[in-house]
Amino acid sequence: METAEPRNRRGGDKPVKLSREVQARLGQQLRLMYDDVVNQGVPERFTELINRINGDGNKDGR
Amino acid sequence: MDESVRKAVLGAVPSLRAFAISLCGNVDRADDLVQETLMRALANIDSFQPGTNMSAWLFTILRNHFRSEYRKRRREVEDSDGRYAESLKTQPEQHGQVEFREFRQALAQLPADQREALILVGASGFSYEEAAHICGCAVGTIKSRVNRARTRLAELMSIGGVDDFGPDQQTRAVLASGGE
Repeated sequence: METAEPRNRRGGDKPVKLSREVQARLGQQLRLMYDDVVNQGVPERFTELINRINGDGNKDGR
Repeated sequence: MDESVRKAVLGAVPSLRAFAISLCGNVDRADDLVQETLMRALANIDSFQPGTNMSAWLFTILRNHFRSEYRKRRREVEDSDGRYAESLKTQPEQHGQVEFREFRQALAQLPADQREALILVGASGFSYEEAAHICGCAVGTIKSRVNRARTRLAELMSIGGVDDFGPDQQTRAVLASGGE
């Protein structure tokens, strides 16, 4: 029989120690997803909202 | 409102949105959540302590608001990936479409506590201490949630095993065992 692969998934309660490589890969995917949203900047509705609330104190005409 | 405060709030918005999307898995709902967070924050801006971290303050408000209101409505995992994908500007082809999709689906399956801890530490760039403060729990709890989240993600994506990296890893294994 050739079952040389260590099958350590779901190996009880103890979390399996992930290799650096796996951790790096997960981290990369996570940041890719997150940064994509961050790079969209500030949508206009939020700039307007903040300026409107701010403007309640000091009116700036138009 | 002080100009420096206004700028700090504006500057935190992009990251706040990314966090909100990761929490509720739906872009439209996330933007509503951000809007409500900003309104609450600005209405209570006097309770912000100058010199402290504006992002952490806003994240805390958003997270608490999400916990108290949004969690009642169920997270829609089914449609979240499609909607989320639509919101992404980067073409998935650029970075391995299959894996990226798998990753998002796996992330959506994590328990909320783990997902939030992982995002705060792994993507938002908060320290374990700051993340603990935002979530109102102990630092050790955050560390354990992050570890569990990573392990579970690797499991869901089937990249936990030693042989799952394909040729590279196999080659290395062969070299390691036969290279004497």
